Amino acid sequence: MTLSIRGLHAGYPARAVLDSVDLDVGRGELVALLGPNGCGKTTLLRAITGVLPAPAGSIALDGQDLAAIKPVQVARRIATVAQSAALPVRFTAFECVLMGRTPHLGLFQSESSRDVAVVRAAMERSGCWDLRERLADELSGGERQRVVIARALAQEPGLLLLDEPTSHLDLQHQVETFRLILDLCRDQDLAALAVVHDVTLAATFADRIALMSRGRIIACGAPAQVLREDLLRQVYGVAVRILSHPVTGRPIAVPETVRLAAPDIAWLERVADPDVAQPPPAVRPPDVPQPVAPLARSPAALADESVPR
Amino acid sequence: MQLAPARSVHIARAPERAPLVLTWRSMMPSYALAALLTCLVALIAIGWGTVRISPLTTLAILVDHLPFVSTGEHAATYDAIVWQVRAPRVVLAGMVGATLALSGAAYQGIFRNPLAEPYLLGVAAGASLGATLIIVSPLFITAGLLSPLPPAAFAGALIAVGLAYTLARTGPVVPATSLILAGVAVSSVGTSLVTYLMLEYNTRTLAILNWILGGFNTASWIDAGIALPYMLVAAVVILPYARILNVMQLEEDQARQLGVDTERVKLIILGVASLATAAAVAVSGLIGFVGLVVPHAVRMMYGPDYRRVLPLSAFFGASFLILADLIARTIDPTFEVPIGVITALVGAPFFLFLLRRQQRYGGARI
Repeated sequence: MTLSIRGLHAGYPARAVLDSVDLDVGRGELVALLGPNGCGKTTLLRAITGVLPAPAGSIALDGQDLAAIKPVQVARRIATVAQSAALPVRFTAFECVLMGRTPHLGLFQSESSRDVAVVRAAMERSGCWDLRERLADELSGGERQRVVIARALAQEPGLLLLDEPTSHLDLQHQVETFRLILDLCRDQDLAALAVVHDVTLAATFADRIALMSRGRIIACGAPAQVLREDLLRQVYGVAVRILSHPVTGRPIAVPETVRLAAPDIAWLERVADPDVAQPPPAVRPPDVPQPVAPLARSPAALADESVPR
Repeated sequence: MQLAPARSVHIARAPERAPLVLTWRSMMPSYALAALLTCLVALIAIGWGTVRISPLTTLAILVDHLPFVSTGEHAATYDAIVWQVRAPRVVLAGMVGATLALSGAAYQGIFRNPLAEPYLLGVAAGASLGATLIIVSPLFITAGLLSPLPPAAFAGALIAVGLAYTLARTGPVVPATSLILAGVAVSSVGTSLVTYLMLEYNTRTLAILNWILGGFNTASWIDAGIALPYMLVAAVVILPYARILNVMQLEEDQARQLGVDTERVKLIILGVASLATAAAVAVSGLIGFVGLVVPHAVRMMYGPDYRRVLPLSAFFGASFLILADLIARTIDPTFEVPIGVITALVGAPFFLFLLRRQQRYGGARI
């Protein structure tokens, strides 16, 4: 499924957050959404699912405008893995994943054996079938995240939205989770849009990175194109060095010093102003899908498991 | 191996077994059992009292009143006791208990709050105020079929809930927290007005207190007939939403991202639950504790799935209130104990027993 957003405005009664967002996510593609806290990343995800009404702009899935279809039909196409998703107490992991079948069931319908099969496949895929009898509120952070991803898969979506899917996870589970998301994109032709805070993690796994600032997407492209020292300093107000990963060749962002520099607001506003013809660095038209950069071959020990395909 | 006894006290889980999916059909045997148990409790309660009548005789007399069925001659006094005095009382207690427990379970599900109960949005305070206004007005006549008390209490309850809902509404959404706070505010206004009226019209204080404490000593088939439609509507509307109520236990955003129209579900469930509760309060006064505790007891025994919690709460609520009413009218032959005292005195220790037992197995959460 492909997602295409044009001129999207959305926000809250007291505050407009999104300011004419354009973004595309292609079939089988993982796009990471980067940006400082409060720049509108979560708001964008909420607007895509329709939980937050968007007064202007369009969101289309495979060319079909989402405003024209019912919420339950949207839920059959888009699944969300929310930030720090709490699971209800005393339900088992299996019952939680079964809730993912909700958009496919009528009010009077009970889950059929096909629904159970879908749930089982989703749990096996995300590695949580062994947890099925456990109580959801007694799971560890990594286990819970796998259950929530399984619930999203049980919706049989075409587009997966993830809000900081690894923010509470340790290094192993971070890599495992992103590996899983990337595999799902490739195997099931899912489109995935993930809010990520770890710049390096985003660069390692994402096919493209969309950099957001103050409600706008100011750069979108392959990790090497977006993760530039000048751009990151402007957006985050931190001097960073971009290094190259010795194995994957992908960029790594590390703070240059421990000192802070203020974000360059004037520059950001110039970038955000459509009247200024000069494009910001590293911006390319967001609607042209970028071929996935082939990753550098790694030493044999790392070749298979530690690097995304 | 991980044991999970907190979840199911009586079912040992085998790890290899495929997870059980609850469907209405697979649940039917347990519903039937609970219904049977409720009928048995009702039968015993009808036979019990200063005049003891065996359950079989009671059953024969009741069946005799069905159309086209005759079970032979019965003593007229027994017939009067069973059919005119005790049966309406027991049936009404069962209906009210079922309604309060079902509404309480639904309220707790909608608000995702274990302290939610059917009087949360002002039903109790509104009904008391409605009844009190009638009692202190010249319209008041002590009893009778045409008593204006039930309609006044019913109207007061609905006005209070409607007021709370309107006050909590911000644009298209009604946030659950605002709704609870609005309900608390409306309730305290109603309660203070009732208190004021009780003191101002001190000759009527006892009548007001009597109504508020509630009970079934004046129950008639008419009361049951008036309340039945509202209660049936509530049951028929709420039960199909059991699976959706499970999903509503997720955070509201997540439920909406699963395609659930949470505002609509809230409005429908709270609407019919409040309607049925208002009808229950109108015919029986304020009976506390049932709507709060019975759903929790069911959850502790049978787990959190609303496909179990809703129907079983209704059956157990009915049995519980029938038994409470039986105790209220038989424990002291000279004086009828207010039923609210019994529900709290009997219910609270039982509830604490369940809570303690669950804690022993390592899961105190409700």
